[in-house]
Amino acid sequence: MPLIETQNLTKSFGDVLAVDDVSLGVDRGEVVGFLGPNGAGKSTTMRMIAGFLEPDQGTAEICGHDVVADAIAARRRLGYLPEGAPAYGDMTVASFLNFVGRMRGMSGPGLNDRLAYMVDKVHLGDVWNKPVDALSKGFKRRVGIAQALVHDPDVLILDEPTDGLDPNQKHEMRSLIGEIAAEKAIVVSTHILEEVEAICTRTVIIARGKVVADETPAALLKRSRRPQEVRVRITRQSGDADLVKALSPHLPGSDIRLIESHGDQSELVVKLGQGRISTADLTNTLARDGLIVTEIAEAPPRLDDVFREITQSQPPS
Amino acid sequence: MTSQRIPPDATSPMSNSLRTIGIVFAREFFAYFKTPLAAIFLFVFLALAAGLTFFATGFFTRGQADLASFFTWHPWLFLILMPAIGMRLWAEERRSGTIELLMTLPVRTWELVVAKFLAGWAFVAVALICTFPMWWTVNYLGAPDNGVIFASYVGSWLMAGAFLALAACISAMTKNQVIAFIVAGLIGFLLVMAGFDLVLSAVRGWAPTFVTDAVQSLSFISHFNRLSRGVIELPTVIFFISMILLCLWINIQVVDLKKAA
Repeated sequence: MPLIETQNLTKSFGDVLAVDDVSLGVDRGEVVGFLGPNGAGKSTTMRMIAGFLEPDQGTAEICGHDVVADAIAARRRLGYLPEGAPAYGDMTVASFLNFVGRMRGMSGPGLNDRLAYMVDKVHLGDVWNKPVDALSKGFKRRVGIAQALVHDPDVLILDEPTDGLDPNQKHEMRSLIGEIAAEKAIVVSTHILEEVEAICTRTVIIARGKVVADETPAALLKRSRRPQEVRVRITRQSGDADLVKALSPHLPGSDIRLIESHGDQSELVVKLGQGRISTADLTNTLARDGLIVTEIAEAPPRLDDVFREITQSQPPS
Repeated sequence: MTSQRIPPDATSPMSNSLRTIGIVFAREFFAYFKTPLAAIFLFVFLALAAGLTFFATGFFTRGQADLASFFTWHPWLFLILMPAIGMRLWAEERRSGTIELLMTLPVRTWELVVAKFLAGWAFVAVALICTFPMWWTVNYLGAPDNGVIFASYVGSWLMAGAFLALAACISAMTKNQVIAFIVAGLIGFLLVMAGFDLVLSAVRGWAPTFVTDAVQSLSFISHFNRLSRGVIELPTVIFFISMILLCLWINIQVVDLKKAA
């Protein structure tokens, strides 16, 4: 049974259909990257799963508990980082996390041990007795993560957990998510696509409230329709002919750019116009013109290209 | 270190609710003292209460050992000061986004509403306790009927609770504290004025007698005056407690409705 399961979740705000018939299942061990343009319905979907908003139609369950009908049981199993990582600014980090822990039914040595663990894991030692209002954005985000994890929940829903963190902190956060991923079902929304490739086992893209892609990051990359791009370093054996002009007939419709040229060494970027070609075939093609390939590399497809293609191709609802 | 899982919920729902109310109450109550709000409120309340008692109603010139001139101002003071205490209870949660955190914890809406109200009401109790020099002064100068004074304090606290519950309820409807303050103040003003001819004559012109009587019966001042005569009348106590419960019930509905909106 999936730890998170939504069936036909739908939510409108006035005339605006924010979430349209979203059905998802997330199993233990899965880290789902929840992607979508701003206003696509990511946060609204997460809020419904977390029980903060009630769906107009459809259901959401956490560990088999309906988030509306059996809200308390569902929320016990959930750790939730809302967008912007809100926290009570007048409380110190220690008293805030203590408050959340006790609200989640923890107390005594169990709570203290868990807080000590979180301080260490999320690196909050330096700010432990500082008011939340006095913290930098990065530390506030860490406090938000700590409160979501304090009760060691089975399900984690994190709305932009690395927003505002510096590169080192982002790396630490990804490591932390990777460390705990095996025993939890995690949904992470983010705008940072490299993050999805780094930590997510599955990618769900939502556009105009609808799920438009749901597959592994690797499978998603294969959907790239971006022209194949190859960077080639060659040695010319003969002639001073215009290299780009000489190659054009062999690679019809391709965009060939000379990046640099020193003596008989040249570097080119070829954006293939028709179909795909293996680097070996391209090497042979160039060799027929007396061009010896010394280096050849194909630029890998990028998730942000796929993201753009998928989300921009959705017709308005 | 191994992680610490939460034990399954073995305690009764009521003891869980009391525990939750206690935790939220403590957070909210001490939150008043973490900002200048508490100090400002206490100073303004004590300064106005003492100033009006001594200078506007002539405490000394009346020549009577009682605190009637002190309590007579309470409805008017609470009209302004209770919205000031209650306006932040929910509006601030919405503005800062912490409501999303709070409402996704394993707690029930009514527990939060009750805890927040009780924290504000306890703060009002602190403010009333801080007026003890007035009681001491009148006991030093004469031999007042301390039973009347006690009943007046109880009445004042109950009335403050009704004003506060109203303010908390309005606060749940908006994320703007200023709007919450103004609307709560206006509704409170109508409830205070309900016993005065200004309001009653406006109703009397078109409404049947029972409506006029109903409006008059909502008057905070009439109910408070009965208590401050020294008799803790059950109907008056029930009136203020009913007002509190009604406002808290609406407050719960508003918070839940916002989830579905």
